[in-house]
Amino acid sequence: MPKLGYLTALTRALSDELARDPDVCVFGEDIRVGVANVTKGLVQRFGPERIVDTPLSEQAFTSFATGAALSGHRPVIEFQIPSLMFLVFEQIANQAHKFSLMTGGQAKVPVTYLVPGSGSRTGWAGQHSDQPYSLFAHVGLKTVVPSSPADAYGLLVSAIRDDDPVVVLTPAASSMSFQSVNLDELAPLPLGVGHVARSGTDVTVVAVGHFVGQAVEVAEELADEVSVEVFDPRTVYPFDWHGLAESVNRTGRLVVIDDSNRFCGLGAEVVAAAAEEMRLVAPPRRITRPDGAVLPFALELDRAAQPHRDQLVTAIQQVCKENR
Amino acid sequence: MPNPPGDPTARPDTDGPETGSPDTDGSDTRRPDAGGPDPVALYRTIRLIRRFEERCVALVKAGEIVGGIHPYIGQEAVAAGVCAALRPDDLITSTHRGHGHVLAKGADPDRMTAELMGRTTGLNKGRGGSMHAADVGLGILGANGIVGAGAPIATGAAWAAVRAGADRVAVSFFGDGAVSQGVVLESFNLASLWRLPVLFVCENNGYSSTATVEDMVAGSIPGRAAAFGIPAATVDGMDAEAVFAATRECVERARQGGGPAFLECRTYRFDAHHTWEHRSFVRYRTQEQVEEGRRRDPMDIQGARIAEEDRARVDDEVEAILDAAVRFARDSPKPDPSEALDFLYATGLRPRAGVTTSA
Ligand SMILES: Cc1ncc(C[n+]2csc(CCOP(=O)(O)OP(=O)(O)O)c2C)c(N)n1
Ligand SMILES: [Mg+2]
Repeated sequence: MPKLGYLTALTRALSDELARDPDVCVFGEDIRVGVANVTKGLVQRFGPERIVDTPLSEQAFTSFATGAALSGHRPVIEFQIPSLMFLVFEQIANQAHKFSLMTGGQAKVPVTYLVPGSGSRTGWAGQHSDQPYSLFAHVGLKTVVPSSPADAYGLLVSAIRDDDPVVVLTPAASSMSFQSVNLDELAPLPLGVGHVARSGTDVTVVAVGHFVGQAVEVAEELADEVSVEVFDPRTVYPFDWHGLAESVNRTGRLVVIDDSNRFCGLGAEVVAAAAEEMRLVAPPRRITRPDGAVLPFALELDRAAQPHRDQLVTAIQQVCKENR
Repeated sequence: MPNPPGDPTARPDTDGPETGSPDTDGSDTRRPDAGGPDPVALYRTIRLIRRFEERCVALVKAGEIVGGIHPYIGQEAVAAGVCAALRPDDLITSTHRGHGHVLAKGADPDRMTAELMGRTTGLNKGRGGSMHAADVGLGILGANGIVGAGAPIATGAAWAAVRAGADRVAVSFFGDGAVSQGVVLESFNLASLWRLPVLFVCENNGYSSTATVEDMVAGSIPGRAAAFGIPAATVDGMDAEAVFAATRECVERARQGGGPAFLECRTYRFDAHHTWEHRSFVRYRTQEQVEEGRRRDPMDIQGARIAEEDRARVDDEVEAILDAAVRFARDSPKPDPSEALDFLYATGLRPRAGVTTSA
């Protein structure tokens, strides 16, 4: 079976959708040359009318895409760095997201905001290492964080086809990952539906993005000791509560590993929902970035401010020891 | 640093007078043409930045600088010329391509190198790295990872100078790509409306990453500032003395309450947008274009203006400074992971850790 790279999967999703639907177009910085390695070759195939290099005017081109979407297009915007999402927060959270309700359902804004390379990029420091998926989930944007090449393909295709604005954050730590897949079997994956990445019976680990692979590895390492189930929500918002409940009600124990800041992050939400609505036999745990983290530059500090697999091992062991 | 006191080409100490800056009372004795630029000092700054950047590129390749840098090579005359016309109490904001500005404003090469290598002795104690190098005591309000972000910060600092009754100025460096950022244009409006002592220095190096100015900028670059009533000029950014002269005029006017100014410095980026480009297959300019762009080299232009023995001596001194800087950085300690969130809050507030610490 051919190996599919994570970024190649994103390119494939874009080119398949561009080929299938003439309303799809792509905006962004340096996308014709393709510095993020996602849009390479698209301009040769689909032309400069649909693959549009923009000036460094993020706020304008983000709402420009909203205008195009209100007029029937399905724009995808590529952002070079995750913190640009802070710059265009108004345009996404306050404009694109609110149109449907505020117009009483007259308008839809099918724009996809694609950030290839969110989270720490190893040495890019404070303003280039954010992981803002919980922020978008908080304001209600459909938010997707694919954990594997096939998921990256399937979720990006669905994001583009979705009639609402969708934020797609792909972790920098996943960019170099590969997967053996049958290319004919690549297919759209529904938004809002998670999956069990590894089955187990003693404890459910919720992991997002690059932590899914790490959680599966940890589960294998601990296999003699404890049976770990890994649940990958795939979509951060809307969250697959049904899928999670199915797992947690079986295992009775929960650990979340989440690259968000701790306060009001995805981990907090998952733990709260499980505590309120699911059958837990031990207090749940979450592993996150610290509250309000700004990633420092020096490598050892950057690493120390991110969730770590060793912390996951400890949390699993602790949760499995405890009883209510 | 190996400069004997009184050496006219010595880089200023952190609290000493700025390279080539005219003393306000006109009694500067450090250069032949009082009030004019010291050609050797300008060359020295250019040479220091050039060799610093070349060293950094090598340190990136060797894995000693993690994350890479945006090399400033080719644009040195802008930082050197502008900062030579500034006083120590003047302020600057810089960019992702900021090493040149930071060094020209007087940052210690030892601590700058240590910062890029993530050491506790670095300017930012290893917390900032290439894109955030800052030395607030020297008026360096930081390089910045976000294009255009420095313009309003400099403008606010200029307002504060006026409020304090000081005649210091603020300079905001940015690239040609930044003139399409709303926040930069909004800053022009505030600066002009309130006649603030801020100088906007646009380094037009032909490209924002892979995109050309022709493809990205409607109208003209100085025209954008002029539209807000800001005096705007274009200068040869390869000629440090021309940059110095233009800056001095703007800065003197600003000190006397004449309001903001804008300089477009025409220059060329000799090396990659960022060192990742060295390893990638991104192509947006031909080898011939690069060679054409590098034909006028700010280091040679300024170097030709000084005596050969001065040039040779400065070159040797710069090598010694940089040898010492790399040694200093390598010998400096790496930060302790338990201190990852130190400095997050000015008040010392400690954030909760990312894992539960109590059972
Ligand atoms: C607001 C913002 N948009 C995009 C980026 C990514 N980026 C970093 S540098 C750069 C190009 C900047 O071009 P220019 O302003 O001309 O400066 P130069 O790199 O030429 O020095 C881009 C697009 C960013 N850091 N900030
Ligand atoms: Mg530029």
